[in-house]
Amino acid sequence: MKLKLLKLSLILNLCALTALPVAHAADKIKIGFVSTLSGPSSALGVDIKNGFDLAVKLNGGNLGGLPAEVLVGDDQFKPDVAKQFFEKFIKRDKVDFMTGVVFSNIMLAALPEAIEDKVFYVSPNAAPSSIAGKDCNPYFFAVSWPNDAYHESAGQYASTKGYKSAYILAPNYVAGKDSLAGFKRFYNGKVIGEVYTKLGQLDYSAELADIRAAKPDIVYTFLPGGMGINFIKQFVAAGLNKDIKLVLPGFSSDQDIIRSVGEDMLGIYDAAHWAPEMTNAANKKFVAEFEKEYKRLPSVYASQGYDTALLIDAAVRASKGNLEDKELLRKNLKEAKFASVRGDFKFGNNQFPVQNYYLREVVKDSQGRLVNRIMGQPIFTNRGDAFSNECMMK
Amino acid sequence: MDLILILEQSLNGLQFGLMLFLLAAGLTLVFGIMDMINLAHGSLYMIGAFLAAWLAQMTQSFWLGMALAIPLTGLVGMVLEYTILRTLYERDHLSQVLATFALILILNESVKMIWGSDLALSAPRALSGPVELFPGFRYPSYRLLIIGVGLLVALLMWLLVTRTKMGAWVRAGASNREMAMAMGLNIQKIFTFVFALGACLCAVAGTLLAPLFAVQVGMGEGILILAFVVIVIGGIGSIWGAFVGSIMVGCVDTLGRSLLPHLFRELFPAQLAASLGPAMASIMVYLLMIVVLFIRPQGLFSRRA
Repeated sequence: MKLKLLKLSLILNLCALTALPVAHAADKIKIGFVSTLSGPSSALGVDIKNGFDLAVKLNGGNLGGLPAEVLVGDDQFKPDVAKQFFEKFIKRDKVDFMTGVVFSNIMLAALPEAIEDKVFYVSPNAAPSSIAGKDCNPYFFAVSWPNDAYHESAGQYASTKGYKSAYILAPNYVAGKDSLAGFKRFYNGKVIGEVYTKLGQLDYSAELADIRAAKPDIVYTFLPGGMGINFIKQFVAAGLNKDIKLVLPGFSSDQDIIRSVGEDMLGIYDAAHWAPEMTNAANKKFVAEFEKEYKRLPSVYASQGYDTALLIDAAVRASKGNLEDKELLRKNLKEAKFASVRGDFKFGNNQFPVQNYYLREVVKDSQGRLVNRIMGQPIFTNRGDAFSNECMMK
Repeated sequence: MDLILILEQSLNGLQFGLMLFLLAAGLTLVFGIMDMINLAHGSLYMIGAFLAAWLAQMTQSFWLGMALAIPLTGLVGMVLEYTILRTLYERDHLSQVLATFALILILNESVKMIWGSDLALSAPRALSGPVELFPGFRYPSYRLLIIGVGLLVALLMWLLVTRTKMGAWVRAGASNREMAMAMGLNIQKIFTFVFALGACLCAVAGTLLAPLFAVQVGMGEGILILAFVVIVIGGIGSIWGAFVGSIMVGCVDTLGRSLLPHLFRELFPAQLAASLGPAMASIMVYLLMIVVLFIRPQGLFSRRA
């Protein structure tokens, strides 16, 4: 009898223990941050991390009123390494949120680890169309922009501006084809050249000669990283910038690329959702603090990392620190009540952002530095994406 | 399809071909004289580029960086030959391939430890723009410089090999090593010289191509494959063969990338042409090699007895 009572009380105790956190706020918040932090493609991941860290620091080391612990993993640009870090942070360290990954292919490989364990993945960059559409998931939020958005914006800009002919170029792989498809979706001029080069090609002499002969009004390329740096340099060295306008997706013409290419970037057009000179109060604070902390201008990736931390902060605050009630947390994430550095935006039914996109031009600012400046009115206002109707979530 | 396009692509092909020649010249002599397969030749190209980029940063001068990198890379080549490759001459090709492949991995990691995974090297500011060759045709001045240097080095190589005593020894060694040794030539010394010379040429190519490509770990592997294609086409051991083969490969690669997609667009539906064009362009060089092997298995200008 005594033994039975003991057992009963033990069980009751256990029940009480497990039930305890549901009613009360957690005492700290754990974030797993996995990104590409070493190697030739690391500039983007480092920028995202710097932006994220800055937001936590300015918040006094807290997120959502709870002391924040950020566990960092370097995926080394390898999907399997990212997957291992996801597993470790989720299963062993029991993190509350995952974030950080730069590249879509790496994110897609690791994401199931988070979704299966009902851990929110808040994406500071990668936002592939499959997850915007039929594979949308309540545990996935994209703070950045749908993968196609910059390409669509560039296509729309080229149409409204009345450029009659375009020569478009991308590496011969899935993301390359998707990007040019995005451009063509909104471009109503004539595509007089559509070229797919070998992934990783660095010398574009043959393509540039072809462009010279084709005489297009604009050239649009999707060439991430070193490929884009070389293309821009060689485009200018061939003197093509004198007759033909080069238009790029925002990330191919951002601060990290400007640092590598230099003066040759002047006058290049690109499309993006953010620019360092945006005048809203949140952005002014972000840019000033970022420069103070890291002695360089923030890139669009840094702004996304910063916004990611702000979103988590706002959602957890609205949940009053309760990290167990996932439904409540999801609702608060989706409402996104925080001052984003890009200005106002909201989430669509697929939990991808609905926001403005702008044309930017690389110019010299008052201190003689090269920056992207927003030109004229937004290309798109409150634009979601082309895939949200395939998403079953409401 | 106009004249300017064809002219520009031919210049591009020539430019790329001449740089391939700098790599293939060393490779073909090493292969020809010692019957030695040296996969690590591409690593010397990488080391040359890294040295040049690093020295250009230190001295603030592209030209000074290049001038210092060439003899230093030659020295690295000599040290490699003295310490490691020398022990491999008597071994079979499999051992050579395995050992020099290991060397690639070791050198890649060593470079990464010393300089990191990449360095930046830009063309001199004065050469970053185009020059107008004739009205309506602008060509990058830096690429013209590469063509000029490439032709100059090729000429010097030709003079060295055909007009000097050293060149005669090298040719003798490449044609028939045993006979040359029987005639009293110190083949070992000649080989060290050839190896260092090859390393210097690698450094020239690595430095000149760095602003067009990138200075990064592993940069030598892709281009080494093309250099091997060149010496197979040209004939092993022949400098002249390496020259002709390089220009052929350079032109076929460049013209293929530019003209084939045009041709396919005329012949096939757009969708098919878009996927077939790039695929075919990247195998054109290897098709050329197969055709040459089919007609002349020993290469176009083989010097081997």
